[in-house]
Amino acid sequence: MDILQVYLTLAAILFSLGLFAIITRRNAIAVLMGIELILNAANLNFIAFARFGGMNFSGHIFALFVIVLAAAEVAVALAIIINLYQNFNSINVDEAQQLKQ
Amino acid sequence: MINIIFWFFVIMTIAAALTVVLSKNLIYAAVALLVTFIGVAAMYVFLWADFMVGIQVMIYIGGILILLLFGIMLTTKITSVRISHTNVQRGVGALIVTAIFIGLVWMINISPWLQNISQEPQQTVHSIGTLLMTDFLLPFEVVSVLLLGALIGAAVLARKES
Repeated sequence: MDILQVYLTLAAILFSLGLFAIITRRNAIAVLMGIELILNAANLNFIAFARFGGMNFSGHIFALFVIVLAAAEVAVALAIIINLYQNFNSINVDEAQQLKQ
Repeated sequence: MINIIFWFFVIMTIAAALTVVLSKNLIYAAVALLVTFIGVAAMYVFLWADFMVGIQVMIYIGGILILLLFGIMLTTKITSVRISHTNVQRGVGALIVTAIFIGLVWMINISPWLQNISQEPQQTVHSIGTLLMTDFLLPFEVVSVLLLGALIGAAVLARKES
């Protein structure tokens, strides 16, 4: 556990799974969950590099900003998804091709 | 002992992430996402980032996950519409993702990483606070404006037009 590669590989697994969710999921909220997995993988990389780069706290600050942006992104994305549901009665991303009815 | 705990959390994170991606029930996927976030927070503990653990638990688990659960419940009629949502084109997706993953792991293993092992710091909050108020002051202020924009934007978008 004092090896950088372990953390990088775990982050790579999380990134791949998140990408898989974005590619294959039909439900828009499940796609959002995939995005969250990818952001977590990026954060894990930032903090692992901070620890193995001589405890450099800039990595922590970057992870902090990523978390803040993730919160903002989820709030706006859910507002859009709820609008989509009110208009089309479905949140299947394959069916959503227009913003207006 | 600490090795066992570490690998337990690693396997727990991967298994929960697999459930997030493959589960047909969205509520199960959301709960598995919670376990994934806890696993990543445990990784932060092993990386000596105690402040980030608190932030991860508070914002991801306490904020983002609750928002996602609300989104699921507001957009799926549990009684009439099926709550399950399957994946499409699993084969092609798995192929692409496996190729990217193999490339990533190959890159991780051949790269000569600089591993600068340092002492465990006494505290992290003090250093993070100092950095936020000195080197990263401008991004800090810009992010506050962005949060205000996201707040207003989400409220305007989600409001029903009368």
